[in-house]
Amino acid sequence: MLSTLLLQVPMDDSWISFDIPSLMQNFWSATFDGLTFGAIYGLVALGYTLVYGVLNLINFAHSEVFIIGCYGVVFTLTSLGFGPNVPTLGPLAIIGDLLLALIVGMIASAVTALALERVAYRPLRKRNAPRLAFLITAIGASFAIQYGIFLVRGASPEPAVTMFQPTPIFDVFGTIVDSQQIIIVIAAIILMVATDQFIRRSRTGRGIRAVAQDPDTATLMGVDRERIIMTTFVIGGLLAGAGALFYVMKVPSGVFYAGGFVLGIKAFAAAVLGGIGNVRGALLGGLLLGLIGNYGQILLGNSQWTDVVAFVVLVLVLLLKPTGILGTSMGRARA
Amino acid sequence: MSTTDGPTLIPDAKAEQDAITRESNRTTRGGFFAPLADRWNRLSRPQQWVFLLIVVAIAYALPVLNPPLITSEPGNDWPITCLQMAIFALVAVGLNVVVGYAGLLDLGYVAFFAVGSYTAAMFTSPDSPYLHIPYLWTLPVAMAVAMFFGVLLGVPTLRLRGDYLAIVTLGFGEIVRILATIIPAMKGQVGFQNVGHPPGTAADGHPIFSNSNGTPWYWLTITVLIVILLLAGNLERSRVGRAWVAIREDEDAAEIMGVPTFKYKVWAFAIGAGIGGLSGALSAGATGFINNQKFDVQTSILFLAAVVLGGSGNKVGAILGGAVVAYLPLRFTAIADYKYLIFGVVLVVLMIFRAKGLLPARQRLLAYGKVTYARVAARSRAEPPSTAGTKIEGTAQ
Repeated sequence: MLSTLLLQVPMDDSWISFDIPSLMQNFWSATFDGLTFGAIYGLVALGYTLVYGVLNLINFAHSEVFIIGCYGVVFTLTSLGFGPNVPTLGPLAIIGDLLLALIVGMIASAVTALALERVAYRPLRKRNAPRLAFLITAIGASFAIQYGIFLVRGASPEPAVTMFQPTPIFDVFGTIVDSQQIIIVIAAIILMVATDQFIRRSRTGRGIRAVAQDPDTATLMGVDRERIIMTTFVIGGLLAGAGALFYVMKVPSGVFYAGGFVLGIKAFAAAVLGGIGNVRGALLGGLLLGLIGNYGQILLGNSQWTDVVAFVVLVLVLLLKPTGILGTSMGRARA
Repeated sequence: MSTTDGPTLIPDAKAEQDAITRESNRTTRGGFFAPLADRWNRLSRPQQWVFLLIVVAIAYALPVLNPPLITSEPGNDWPITCLQMAIFALVAVGLNVVVGYAGLLDLGYVAFFAVGSYTAAMFTSPDSPYLHIPYLWTLPVAMAVAMFFGVLLGVPTLRLRGDYLAIVTLGFGEIVRILATIIPAMKGQVGFQNVGHPPGTAADGHPIFSNSNGTPWYWLTITVLIVILLLAGNLERSRVGRAWVAIREDEDAAEIMGVPTFKYKVWAFAIGAGIGGLSGALSAGATGFINNQKFDVQTSILFLAAVVLGGSGNKVGAILGGAVVAYLPLRFTAIADYKYLIFGVVLVVLMIFRAKGLLPARQRLLAYGKVTYARVAARSRAEPPSTAGTKIEGTAQ
């Protein structure tokens, strides 16, 4: 009976439809939102790109480095009295609290990244393990951390934290750009430019580039390879922690044990899109992926499509231009 | 002998022999079950067959025997536990072809399992409006469909080197899961009820293959597993298997030696996918119900943990690993909540301390065949380790 009924139900083959008018209508708001997400992807992507540049390793567990930063931010803000409602503090107090949360998040992420390097990757490097072993370790570590968090905090997301009420700043093509979007994009770009300059100009940055180019020769030239690797992980962690603050700002209820995982894959896709190992590529790839994901989501009319679109973009990039838009080399980026 | 300071010594006969001894030590004495493996290799071929028959008989009798100490906890039905172990073992054997033989890290293996499950469900469940075929026919069909998806995913991505494959397969696994949610025909969380089962009714009129009785399903799965093992074993010893090992050990060298690496990688991927699809179809039939909830990344990682734990590249190891990964959470329900954490940590710890797993692969001797293996094993047994080098020199002349 049931089966005959079902047989008469016309199968809905319009599971994929392109809602172009909606995209046209929401184009600018999708653009600004996409850029905001893209800035966050870019910050996380930097961690992947730096580690890949130096160790040729996809640090799968970087997404967990990021989510621990998120927990750091949320715990700091909750203990400072932030809650789901808009806080009633003065602007200076809010800025001070946010800076504190930023610092805690960055430290939490950096410590996680460093611990990961020491506990999981260094023993493998010491015994010259094959690449497959590194990848399996990375995915195992990612898993262990994820479910460690799950056991402590449970499956439900942390209570939402509202940092401030986004206020409209200006209006572009009839779409309002609010203070939140401006803060995230500008802060992320400042951080990324600072990282880029650090790697291009500072002594440690030169060491990072040297190790990325040729670890053995770099060691012979007096670069302490282990220290450089540790520094790289710490920088990646710091940036992920900063990304965590902006993520909590943008998606207040997105902090749960597996929240970092999908974002991590998207950030990795962003890094590949821009050219993995390339610091500027991470920024470019992040912003582009943010835009593509958001346009795709509106075009296809379901938020789940964002992830599918991101993966498809990743596969297409790998097929058509595996070196990404800006090329893959960190070492050769500047002589 | 130090290799870090001073100029490299010219390798003389002694050093060469040392290397051979080291190599044979590594390949024959690895593993927690090394003495067992040694003894196994000393048996003659007929003895091995007899022993294997006994093992197979015990395996078949397992759900009926219900051994007191290793039986599952009261809440978990023992035959169904056996069935889970068999299905995980089958999955691990399939993933072992991809990860263990060819060295391609597939983090989205559950996608092929899902493809197989959905194929079986959509061809047999009354909830599906499509063509219906007998359940047993869905097994080869699920294999073929999963292989098709394996090729579809493999052809674009296997041209890439190593690491990217891992993340692309991870993405593919997620895409299949998300599509199962989005596409109305896949019915998302509602899923498909009453997936088909093989024909036959017992004396009391109930079907033999019911969803509550795991024993017939277990027997079916283990039969399939044995067939697959025979096929996989033949592949492993064939030109294809040697090509896979060559690719795993050094892809550049293999390419230079004339191995069409891309072709064999796609083969490995497709065969692995086919076995994944087959196990998915079996699992869907045995459970009788599927929806989009079962096919997440976590399950993929559990599959990987099974292969790595058992010993990547060793099919017996894969069976052992698969069975252990399925068995532990069902035997000790206290740890069931912690299983992902435990197997995550197991992956890290294994990679650091015991990258070869419980039963290491005999990769290096594979190419030389069993005869050489037996000769080396006999030689290293005959001599005490301290004088092994010189004596081997003597026998070699």
